[in-house]
Amino acid sequence: MRINLKKLDNILKDRKIEKGSRRASSDLIPVLQEAQEAYGYLPSEVLKEVSLRLKVPLSQVYGVVTFYAQFYLEKRGRNIVRVCEGTACHVRGGKAVLESVKGLLKIKEGETTADYKFTLETVACLGACALSPVVMINKKYYGKMNKQSIQNTLKTY
Amino acid sequence: MRFNSIDDLLNYKKRLREGVKEDMPVITICMGTGCTAFGSEELMEEFQKEISRENLGSKIKLKMAGCHGFCERGPIVLILPEEIFYQQVSKANVQDIVKSVIEKGVVNQLLYLDVNLNKRLKYVMDIPFYNKQLRQVLKNNGRIDPESIDDYILNGGYQSLAKAIKDLSPEEIIEEVKKSGLRGRGGAGFPTGLKWELTRKQKNDKKYIICNADEGDPGAFMDRSILEGNPHSVLEGMIIAGLAIESDEGYIYVRAEYPLAVKRLNIAISDARKLGLVGEKILGSTFSFDIKIKEGAGAFVCGEETALIASIEGKRGMPRPRPPFPAQSGLWGKPTCINNVETFANIPLIILDGGGEYSKVGAEKSKGTKIFSLTGKVNNTGLVEVPIGTKLRDVIFEIGGGVDKGRTFKAVQTGGPSGGCIPGEYLDLPIDYETLAEVGSIMGSGGMIVLDDKTCMVELTHYFLSFTQNESCGKCTPCRIGTKRCLEILEKITMGEGEEKDLDDLLELAKIIKDTSLCGLGQTAPNPILSTIRYFKDEYETHIKDKKCPAGVCKALIKYYIDEAKCKGCTLCAKKCPVGAITGEVKKKHMISLDKCIKCGVCLETCKFNAVVVE
Repeated sequence: MRINLKKLDNILKDRKIEKGSRRASSDLIPVLQEAQEAYGYLPSEVLKEVSLRLKVPLSQVYGVVTFYAQFYLEKRGRNIVRVCEGTACHVRGGKAVLESVKGLLKIKEGETTADYKFTLETVACLGACALSPVVMINKKYYGKMNKQSIQNTLKTY
Repeated sequence: MRFNSIDDLLNYKKRLREGVKEDMPVITICMGTGCTAFGSEELMEEFQKEISRENLGSKIKLKMAGCHGFCERGPIVLILPEEIFYQQVSKANVQDIVKSVIEKGVVNQLLYLDVNLNKRLKYVMDIPFYNKQLRQVLKNNGRIDPESIDDYILNGGYQSLAKAIKDLSPEEIIEEVKKSGLRGRGGAGFPTGLKWELTRKQKNDKKYIICNADEGDPGAFMDRSILEGNPHSVLEGMIIAGLAIESDEGYIYVRAEYPLAVKRLNIAISDARKLGLVGEKILGSTFSFDIKIKEGAGAFVCGEETALIASIEGKRGMPRPRPPFPAQSGLWGKPTCINNVETFANIPLIILDGGGEYSKVGAEKSKGTKIFSLTGKVNNTGLVEVPIGTKLRDVIFEIGGGVDKGRTFKAVQTGGPSGGCIPGEYLDLPIDYETLAEVGSIMGSGGMIVLDDKTCMVELTHYFLSFTQNESCGKCTPCRIGTKRCLEILEKITMGEGEEKDLDDLLELAKIIKDTSLCGLGQTAPNPILSTIRYFKDEYETHIKDKKCPAGVCKALIKYYIDEAKCKGCTLCAKKCPVGAITGEVKKKHMISLDKCIKCGVCLETCKFNAVVVE
C-alpha cells in the first residue's frame, strides 16, 4: 500500500524548522508524534522522508522510534485499549482486568485483533490512581474496572 | 489587551473584582481526569441545560474546576461560597442540586458519609480527609477554573511575579527561596534555592528553565492534579525562576499520557502570552521569558534530568554521567535549572509571603508541605497535602481512614518503584527525606501505597523489578543486566522454584546495581528488594523452603478449594467457571478440579457463602 506523504508535508510546513542548525533534531520527536497522529502509526516511507527533511540520519530516527513506547512501526487497531499496570492498579486487581481483556479480545499485549478493531497495550501508569483499576480506550478513561465492567465497556465499541 | 506595567495588572484585577457578585452562588464541577472518567463533562452539559431551562443564568454561576484530589468519589461538585461538598453526582441529581442552591437547602444523599462517625458531612472542612490536610499548593484546586486566567488573577495570581519584578533583585529572590527551606519535590530533595544560585552563577549568554512534568512513578498523580487544576501556578513559578537565574526560555516536559494536562497548559500559556505575562518585556520590565511545551513519548527514564534533556534534544532518552551537572551544562550544553511541577507551584507562595513565613511549616531540615498520592488498600484514596514531618500513621489512618474492607495493615510503599516498603512498627515515623531513607525507602515524588495482609511482598517486589527492568534504558551494564538477573530470580521464587542461595544472590546483585549504575533509575531499582528482604524475610523463606505463598497470591503456589462445611450447592460458581473446573449437583457439595483450575478467582468473587478458600 503506497503511503501518501502529503499529510507529512503539511506537518513539516507548519513547523518553522531551523534549517541547518544542530537544533533541527529537537523537532524530531514532536514531528514523529504529529506524523503518528496523522497516519495512525509510523510507516517506513514516513521515517525516510522525516530523515531527509530534518537532515537526521535514518539510523538515528529509527533509534528514537524504537526507544520510546509511544511510537509504533505497525498499523494498529481503530481503538487502542490501554490497561494500566501501575502499582495502585496492580494492588487493586488490575492484573485480573488485563487477563479478562486478553481473554475477551483473544490477543496479547502489543497485539491487534484480526479485524483491526482493537489494539491492546499496557501502560505503567495513567495517573488516575484513585480510580484503580483503570483502563483507557482511545482518549477516554474508565475507572474502578472489574472483569464484568470491562466486558460491558468493550461491547460499547 | 496586554499588561504594559504592574499597574495594568492591578487595575485589571480590580475591574474583575468589581464584576463579581459576592453573594451569587457558584456551582463548580470538577473536570479533572478522574471526574471526567466518571462523566463530569456530560454532567456539566446537564447543569447548563437545567440552568437555561429554569432561566437561572443571572442567579447561579456555573464553573468548571478541578482536581480536588479525591477522585474515587467523583464526579465532585462544590457549591460556593458555602463550600458544600457533593460526591458521586450523576445527571439524575442535577435538578435537585439546582433547586437546593436556590432554596439554600442541601441534597443529603450526595453528602460524604463518614463511616466512623456514621454521619453525612455537609461542608468540605467537616470531612476528616480534607480538614486534617494543610492545602497550600492545592488550595485553589476545585475552586478556580483552570482554563481561565481571569479566575487565577482574581484569586491573587501573578501578584508574586509582580512583586518579584518590582521589589526584589534576582539575588533577593534566590535569598527568599533559600530562606524558605524548599527542597525539590521530584524526589531527590535538593535545596531549590541552592540550585537556582548555582545556575545563576554560571556565566553564559543563554540559560534554560525546565519543568519536569514527566510524572512517571506508578501510583503518583499529584503533578497531574496541579497541571490540570491550577496550571498558572506552575507558569508563574517558572517565570520567577527565569527572572532569578537570568533565563529567557523555559520548557515544560509533560508525559504523553497526560493529554488533559497538555491541553490546559497550552491554554494557560496562550492566555498568559496574550496578556503579556509570558513573552517580551513582562509587565513593562526589561525581562522577557517564553515557555514551550515538549511532550514525552513514553519512557519512564525521561523523568531523570539528563535523560529528559536528551529527549528535548530529540535523542534517545539516555542519561549521562554527572558532573557536569545541568546547572553547569544542560540543554544544548547551556546552564539549565530543572525543577519539578510541585516545586514550581510552591514558588508564588514563597515570594508572596516571604521565605521566612513559608518556613514556619514543616520539619527541621525540610520546610513546607508535600503532596502525597495515597492509594492502594486504604479507605480514602486521593491526594493528601500535609506539612513535611507529619507521621505516616496520621496520613494513613486519620486522613486515609485506615485499611479498607476490614483487612489489616501490612506495610506502606513510598517513593514509587524506586522506593521501599515500610512495616507497621514505623508508623509513627515523621515523613521526611532523611527519615524515610533511614528505614530503607525514599520520599520519591510522593507516591504512598498502602498494602494489606493479602499483599504478597515477594510478588510485589517482582512487579516492581519487572517495571524497572522494562524501563531501563539499557546504557549501563549493572542496570540493564543486573535488574534482569534479579527479575529472573524473583520469577523463580514466585513459581515455587526458589533455592537457598537466591536471597544471598539477590542481596549481592542489589548492592552492585545500587553502587555502580549510571543514573537514579538503576541506583534505586534494588530498593524494593533490599527493603522487603529486610522486613519480610520470612515471607521469602516460606516461598523458597515451603513452596507456599502466605498471602495467597502467587498462582503457582496456591490452590483453590471449596469448604464443604460452607458450600450450599447453589451451582453459581460452576456456572461462572470459565474452564468448567467445578463439578457438583444442585444442593450438594461442589468440588474444584485442581488440574483444570486456572486460579482466575471468579468462583471466589461469585460465592455468596465464603465457601471458596485459597491457600
